[in-house]
Amino acid sequence: MSLLNASIRELHTKIVSREVKPSELVGASLARIQATDPQVKAFLHVNGEQALAAAKTMDDNIPSDAGLLFAMPGALKDNLNTKGIPTTCASKLLQNYISAYDGTAVAKLQAAGAISVGKTNMDEFGMGSSGENSAFFQTRNPWDLERVPGGSSAGSAASVAAGQVLFALGSDTGGSIRQPAAFTGTVGLKPTYGLVSRFGLVAFASSLDQIGPLTRTIEDNAIVLQAIAGYDRQDSTSANAGVPDYAAALTGDVNGLRVALPKEYFDTGLDPIVREQIEQAIQTFEALGATFGEVSLPHSKYAVATYYLIATAEASSNLARFDGVRYGVRVEADNLLDMYKQTRGEGFGAEVKRRIMLGTYALSSGYYDANYLRAQKVRTLIKQDFDRVFAEYDVVLSPTAPTTAFQFGAKTSDPLTMYLNDIYTIPVNLAGIPAISVPCGLANGLPVGLQLIGKAFDESTLLRAAHAFEQAAGFTARPSL
Amino acid sequence: MSITRQDIEQIANLSRLTLTEGEKEHLTVTLSQILNFAEELQELDVEHVAPTTHTLPLNNVLRDDTVRPWLSQDEALSHAPDQENGQFRVPAVMEG
Repeated sequence: MSLLNASIRELHTKIVSREVKPSELVGASLARIQATDPQVKAFLHVNGEQALAAAKTMDDNIPSDAGLLFAMPGALKDNLNTKGIPTTCASKLLQNYISAYDGTAVAKLQAAGAISVGKTNMDEFGMGSSGENSAFFQTRNPWDLERVPGGSSAGSAASVAAGQVLFALGSDTGGSIRQPAAFTGTVGLKPTYGLVSRFGLVAFASSLDQIGPLTRTIEDNAIVLQAIAGYDRQDSTSANAGVPDYAAALTGDVNGLRVALPKEYFDTGLDPIVREQIEQAIQTFEALGATFGEVSLPHSKYAVATYYLIATAEASSNLARFDGVRYGVRVEADNLLDMYKQTRGEGFGAEVKRRIMLGTYALSSGYYDANYLRAQKVRTLIKQDFDRVFAEYDVVLSPTAPTTAFQFGAKTSDPLTMYLNDIYTIPVNLAGIPAISVPCGLANGLPVGLQLIGKAFDESTLLRAAHAFEQAAGFTARPSL
Repeated sequence: MSITRQDIEQIANLSRLTLTEGEKEHLTVTLSQILNFAEELQELDVEHVAPTTHTLPLNNVLRDDTVRPWLSQDEALSHAPDQENGQFRVPAVMEG
């Protein structure tokens, strides 16, 4: 039985009582990676020696006020800058890139004593819903190695599910934390826009991107969120909203919680085996004393189209920096313009090029009003739908994804089919509000994720509801890896 | 909404991307499909709706214009594909 099956709080007790050494804990993580990653392939880069060296310096230096994350092994999505360690965004263009600085969330984890054991695989630059767009290799779902782990935070979710690490950071632009969490039976939180600093996160779509934790339990998730949340002057979109004590919110009490069920999220596109698990979850909440009402979020059906105009427009601008001048791989040419074009043409993968093209089109003269500007206006309508619902309800409950994890190649031929997989997660990013995916059961042996959506900066209520459900539902299944 | 081969070449130029013939062909099809799907946004009346660029009530976030420690010149240049005299070096911009 690996040490890593325990919770962060349980392991913290063992660390501070000297029952387990930091180097033993990190060693257990590295051993588990060695044993399982040849199959799972969650990591692009394992910095085992550095991690173990850092843990050994802690063995005889455990501060009396050591925090909960002290000596806890975790993993980082490979779009988070980590000083002296590769940050490739799973792109050929950045395959030799080593970060020159630490991002704020990374630095905060380090300051809390957490130890990063490596960088995880992803869809290139965060663009994908299955992990299949990595330029290097495909990460497999620990529950069924023939299936995708979801994406884009594919390796982060797979690593936590495989018990290789206690937590991982991901990033979520349209569902990239929550959907892989659902597919791998883990907990994934997308915080409110502005709660976690994006300084040091390689930008995909700046009005949507958020960093968040993937863990096995809600309490672990709350502990990691506590460490990374908060105002940062180095991110001009960081909110100065204060950070409550998230662990204190985990009371187990949801009596009287007002839960909204949006009828559009239980429509025909929902796989019946997923629906069955979500309906059971609703019964669990009812037994806990939560009250329910059906609501309408009428503009959510426009969210996928809105997202693919806004996110690609922002991406086309953000990815302009990858031009072969300051970093990354350069393809030499006779003049500057050809050098740009060939570097980008050869360095980016197919999906990244498709999105840059779509975004450039949406922003181009003559098409801007009908595409980008119109999408921004529809975004307002989507956000107003949520505002109306949250005037009367505490949380919105829905499935995280319409299906369970699908097989490799099942959706790669048609980009639209892949995009529609994020139909329940995308509206949340457009509205800038928080949402969490919690495992709620198995369908044909594969995990199903329940999504709870909350008010802006009300992560406490989301975590409280998710925790009460987790305790009552008792989802303890693990992949047999 | 139908995207032509000529459109693709023009967008690729604006995007600073070299595309193979196969990529151009494929993108002509998939971009048309995606834009056709996005046509559904035209059915909404948004005449009196303000656009949302992002969801935080923030505007013009400024900081003091003071010097702070950051990457050294060597660190900033450490990943440059080409450099000279402490600067990034690129191919000629103009002919002759």
